[in-house]
Formats: sequence, C-alpha cells, structure tokens
Amino acid sequence: MQFDPFVIPFNIGLYFILIYAVVRSVRWFSNLSRPDKLRLQRGFFGSAFGRSLKEIFMESLIHRKILKANFRLGYMHMSLAFGWFLLILFGTIEADIFGTRHLNPPYKAIFFKFFNPDHGRTGFEAVYSFLMDLILAFILSGLILAVIKRFSSKVVGMKKTTKLKLPDKIALTSLWLIFPSRLIAESLTSGVYGTGSFLTGSLGSVLASFLPANQLAYPFWWLYSLSLGTFFLLLPVTRYMHIPTELFLIFARNSGIRTGDQSGAFTEIQTYSCSSCGICIDACQLNFSTGITNIQSAYLMKGIRNNEDVNDIAFNCLMCGRCDRYCPVGIELTPIRMIRRRAESVEPPEKSLWSRYFPDLIKIVNTRSNGHPAFSWLPQIKTEATEVLYYAGCMTHLTPAIKKAMIRILDASGMNYRFLDEAGGVCCGRPLMLAGKDKEARELINFNSGLIRDSGARILVTSCPICYKVFRESYYLEVELMHHTQFIKMLIDEDMLRLRFLRKKVVYHAPCDLGRGSGIYDEPKDVLRHVARLQPTGFDDDDSLCCGGSLGNTRISYRQKNKIAADAASALTKGNPEILATACPLCKKTFTTVTDTRVADIAEIVAEAIAPNPPELKKHVVKELYREPADMI
Amino acid sequence: MDKFGFTLVKGRRIDYDSNDRSIAEYVSAHEPSFRICIECGCCSAACTTGNFTQFSLREIQILLKRGENDGVRDKIKKCMLCGKCTLVCPRGVNTRNVILLIQEAFRKNIKNAV
Ligand code: SF4
Ligand code: SF4
Ligand code: SF4
Ligand code: SF4
Ligand code: SF4
Repeated sequence: MQFDPFVIPFNIGLYFILIYAVVRSVRWFSNLSRPDKLRLQRGFFGSAFGRSLKEIFMESLIHRKILKANFRLGYMHMSLAFGWFLLILFGTIEADIFGTRHLNPPYKAIFFKFFNPDHGRTGFEAVYSFLMDLILAFILSGLILAVIKRFSSKVVGMKKTTKLKLPDKIALTSLWLIFPSRLIAESLTSGVYGTGSFLTGSLGSVLASFLPANQLAYPFWWLYSLSLGTFFLLLPVTRYMHIPTELFLIFARNSGIRTGDQSGAFTEIQTYSCSSCGICIDACQLNFSTGITNIQSAYLMKGIRNNEDVNDIAFNCLMCGRCDRYCPVGIELTPIRMIRRRAESVEPPEKSLWSRYFPDLIKIVNTRSNGHPAFSWLPQIKTEATEVLYYAGCMTHLTPAIKKAMIRILDASGMNYRFLDEAGGVCCGRPLMLAGKDKEARELINFNSGLIRDSGARILVTSCPICYKVFRESYYLEVELMHHTQFIKMLIDEDMLRLRFLRKKVVYHAPCDLGRGSGIYDEPKDVLRHVARLQPTGFDDDDSLCCGGSLGNTRISYRQKNKIAADAASALTKGNPEILATACPLCKKTFTTVTDTRVADIAEIVAEAIAPNPPELKKHVVKELYREPADMI
Repeated sequence: MDKFGFTLVKGRRIDYDSNDRSIAEYVSAHEPSFRICIECGCCSAACTTGNFTQFSLREIQILLKRGENDGVRDKIKKCMLCGKCTLVCPRGVNTRNVILLIQEAFRKNIKNAV
C-alpha cells in the first residue's frame, strides 16, 4: 500500500540529481588550484561556513537582492525557491508525524496525500493541511507571474527577458507542470475523500462534483511524478544547473576564492551559477541607450557555458561593471569577460549527450603571441628624482585644462614634484589589456615601472582612472598611488591647499574605472563638497552610469557612443546643475560634446577655487611628510 | 626647367591592378567607418606612439587602401591602443577597431597578406 509505480520517475530523477551534484562538486573541487583548495577547506570548517549558510538562505531561497532591485521579480523567484523549500520541509515533517512510520523515503513526503488521502479532517491535522495549502498557493502565485513573464516580461517590471534553448524549454515546461499537477492531483484525491484545506479541498469538491475524480486523480499523480523526474533529469543541461552550482559558489566565495586573471574552476562555477535572470540586461546601458540586446553578461555566461564563439559578445561591452554591481548572484562578470577577451574565437565543438552532462572544464586559452616584443623601440628616458610624481596619462593630454589645473594645484601645494609625461608619455597599458593583449601591455608596464622606480618618488599621482586602475592592479610599485582626487583631498586635509567656496551647484559623475573599478567614491565627493554645493543625482556611487566613451568597447560606433553619453548626461543634469563634475579626462571629453551644462574635472574646479593670495603654507607638514632626499638640490 | 608639367616617377606610381586590397576590404567589411576617413591626419598628430616614432595611422590607412601592404604588418604592432586617435577624429572613425582588425587580418593571413 505504501508504494505505487507512479513514484518511480520521481525517484529516478531525485537520486540522479543528488549523485550528479556530488560528482560535479568533486570535479570542481579537484580542478581548483592548490591555494584555492586550501581556502575552501579552511572556509568549510571556519566562520565562512556560517556566513555561507546565511547567504544561501538569504539569496538562494529568499532572493533578497532581487527583491530589493525589483520586488515583483524577486517575489517570483522567492515564491518558487523558498516556497518549494518550505513545501519539502513541511512535507517531510508532515510525513514524519502523520505517516505510518518515521524516517520515510522522500517520495512519501512528496506524494503524502496520495498515500494518506484521509488525512487532514480535523484538529491539528486540518491546521497542518491549511499550512500546506498556503505554501502551495504561495508557489502558484509566483508561478503565475513566471508564466506571464515568459510572454510579457513587463509584468514583472523587466524590460527584457532571456531567450531559451530547447532543453531549457522542456525543463521549463516540466517545471511549470510540477505545481499545477500537484494541485490538481491533490484536489482530486481530496475531492474523493472530502478532505483538503481551503485550496485543494474547495477545488477538489468542485472538480469532484462534475468529474469522475476517482479515476482522474491517478493520472495526475503520474504527471506530477513525471514532471518532477523530467525536471531533475534535464537540470544539468539547462540553465537550472545554476541552482546546485550557486550553493558551491557561495561556499567558494565566502572562503575567499576570487576570479583573478586566469580561467579555472572558479570561472566555470561562476558561469554555471548564472540563473539567466536578466537583471544584467536591464542594467546595461548598451541595452537601454543603444538597443544592443545580445551582448550582455547573461549571454556571455550562456555562450561560455555552451562553448559557443563569444568573441563578438566579449568585445562589445563598455566594461563599465554595472552588471557586476546588479547581478544578484554576485558573479564577477567583468573579470570573466576580461579573461575571455584574451582568447581567440573558438569553434563550437560537436556535443554528444555525455559531454552535455559532463562537459570538459571550461578552458579559456590565451591567444598565441609570436613572442617578438612589440615595443622594443621605446626610447631610453631618464627620470629625475622627486617626491611626488605626476603622471597625466594619454587622455589627460587631450584635455589640457585638467593638466593645467593639476599643475596649478601642485604648484600651490608647494610640494616637490615632477611631471612624468610632460612631453607625452607611454600609455599605461590598460587599453591593450582591455583588447586582450596582455603580453604587449606587460611591455608598457615594465617600461613605465622602470621610469617610476628611477624617480624614487613616494607618491604617484595620476589624473586618469584608467591608468589608476592598471597601476593599482597590474603594476608592482612601491610608491603610494593616488588618483588626483585623493591627492587633492590629502592636500586639503593637511591644510596644504587653501580653497574658497565657489557657491556653485555641481553634480558628480563617478567614472567607472574609479568608482566601481577601484572603489573610490568618497574622496571626489568630499573635495567637491569642500568647494561647491554637491547635489545627488540618483546615479551616485556604484549606481553611476558610464559616459559611453569607454576604451573597453571597440565595437560600437561613434553615434552609439554619443547616444549613451547624451542619455547619461541628461540623466545626470536633471537637477540643472551649473557644473557636471567628473574625475576622468575621458568622461569629460565624452560629455562635453553632448550637453550644454559645463563639464569640468574636479581638478579644474579646485584650481578655480584656489585662494588668490595663498596663505602661509604649513611648511613643517611638508617636511614631516616628505623628507627631501639627499641628492636633491 | 626645360620640362614643364608632370611626369610619372615609377616608384611612386600606384598600380591598383597588381596591388592587394584584401586587408582594406577585410577591415571595411567589419568596421564600415574605415571607409569614411578623409585622411586628415588628426589621428597621427595626437598619436602617443607617433610621439616617439614615425608611426602614422593616417599613412597606414592610405597604404592599405592603395593595397601597398608591405611593412604594415610590423608597423601596426606599434600602436598602444590608447584611443587618442578615436577621440580626435573629426569623422568618427572607430580607429581602435580599425587597428585591431588590421592586426587580425595579418594574423589570419587574409589572402596575399604579406
Ligand atoms: S549574470 Fe547575473 S544578473 Fe545576469 S542573468 Fe546571470 S545571474 Fe542574472
Ligand atoms: S559591463 Fe556594462 S556594458 Fe558591459 S555588459 Fe555589463 S553593463 Fe553592459
Ligand atoms: S570614460 Fe569614464 S565613465 Fe566611461 S568607461 Fe571610462 S571611466 Fe567609465
Ligand atoms: S583623424 Fe579620422 S579622418 Fe582623420 S585621418 Fe585619422 S582616421 Fe582618418
Ligand atoms: S590608439 Fe594607437 S594609433 Fe591611436 S593614438 Fe593611440 S597609439 Fe596612436
């Protein structure tokens, strides 16, 4: 009596997916690098474990981040994930206390009603049935949203929804069938026995009043079991693989594993963790400003997963990091894209069924370089010794106002400085890196590093966030690196720069490479508040927009760039500020052509605010902070 | 001064029939803005590499369009991709993509490429 053949599909699916998840996890673990393995082991037995459990509960079940970003979409995800979890949890408890025996096999809990049709008439049993019905209703409400979203994504507040492949479609259909078939099967059984609570009970009595409920219930129990089994069996080859993978990812990330700049098991785990939720598509300016809707990170992840040629996708991106910021799974999308850029296009291989379930480790192989140095012709330059070294950067040379302002500020500070690329320098190397040419970039990095080292400088100041990021991440320098906004902030704090208040209304555009790219948000705003009236824009800090001029994208046209810039500028200048302030020469140049508002770098605004008669500078501070080297004058 | 008028110096004659325009065609197929360059030279004037060497993007574009590909393979490698040329170009030529495509065309050994 306690077994029926209809549970077989479910059992096959369930045990398959459990074993499969273990096998894949072991494979991922063994493919991690040695230090990462140690990190994961340490994380598993340390405080990271608790954090991971909490994160799994908050993100994988409740979907807190999606809820915050978009309530309706979050509700949809939450009701399916959390609701299903509750159904399994309470179902197991139900089977345990009300069933014939304790410690039942899982199918007893899932098909409890079939085996205990008489259950739930009175008292505590009825209350429990009510709870189970409530959970089922919760899931179904989310399911209705999901079905509507598939046909009209606007309903859940999304502008774009992701496109699907055939296995995804089958898996999606079986997923959609699971809960309605459970509802109908339970209702019919309840209808026959006169049990069930507000949902299954009422629906059951209605259905039983005009249908042969007794004969119909059995096929629906089969359908319920079959759809569960199909879903589990197809899960590894569909995007639903993200469900088990995300658990692994959360443990790995909390243990301190990061993408770095090489592809490996962690990159693979991250690509499989993408749920194709489409939030990155909505966040992407290429989507909402230029209507390019096939290159966003959701598609990059999907393409890498399926071994497709993602070259065009990888390069058609501003590398602005907005998708990283909004991705609810927390995938390091821009670093993965950066890794992918170094590879050539690949031929998508023939896929057998076996390789779909057990794909080779995703390997992103770097483009072969012919080994000849590309920049051996770089001149020998001697740098003079100095305390503060100022590197303007290529872009700053195209915006001389910033350069002049910085010289004015450096002069006013009374510091001992040298202008490294006064007569035009060598590029910092990041543009080459963004184009996937790491080897060539390394040559420039070595060249510049030599110059910086020779100068013996203690502080390296740069005006360009692009340079700043590469100096910070890819140079091995012993100087203190500062973006000019940080440097100005230090001068103000140390009282080495006296400024007037300008009484101007300004808004601040946080450049991508400085903000999201390097995490510098506060210093530029502090400086601006010191000299002007800073107003919020609604796109502050990590919500900032990209100006569109990014060197990260080599594919979009001049017109498309201008469209992005114009949209961003008009969003930023909604409050009619007098100045649109930025901290990036490229942003400045890009914005200047598309808005009537004055666009200025923070350095320019500060230079304007320098008091006409500089008061006595605190020389002792200068001495304390920066001892003059013996060989200077 | 006995001869007035023009002569054709053999070395400077452009022989479109025997020249190989495959690289230029490859580039313009993938980056149409390559076609709208007016050879003004702003890109070369702003160029970071041009500050140190004879490298000129304008020259390279002209050579490729003429189909005189000799030597371009090595020259084009000198670009640092800094992007100044893109910012100064009055025609909105997507120069960085042009440069990448030229490099790619040589790497792929597009027909006849030296
Ligand atoms: S990358 Fe992140 S935001 Fe984009 S679809 Fe995947 S999970 Fe969603
Ligand atoms: S980095 Fe920016 S441009 Fe690129 S896909 Fe993400 S949001 Fe879009
Ligand atoms: S130019 Fe400015 S806003 Fe645009 S990508 Fe670079 S840093 Fe970001
Ligand atoms: S600046 Fe533009 S139009 Fe002028 S030569 Fe260079 S690419 Fe051609
Ligand atoms: S991207 Fe290349 S060609 Fe253009 S300015 Fe920079 S170095 Fe010169």
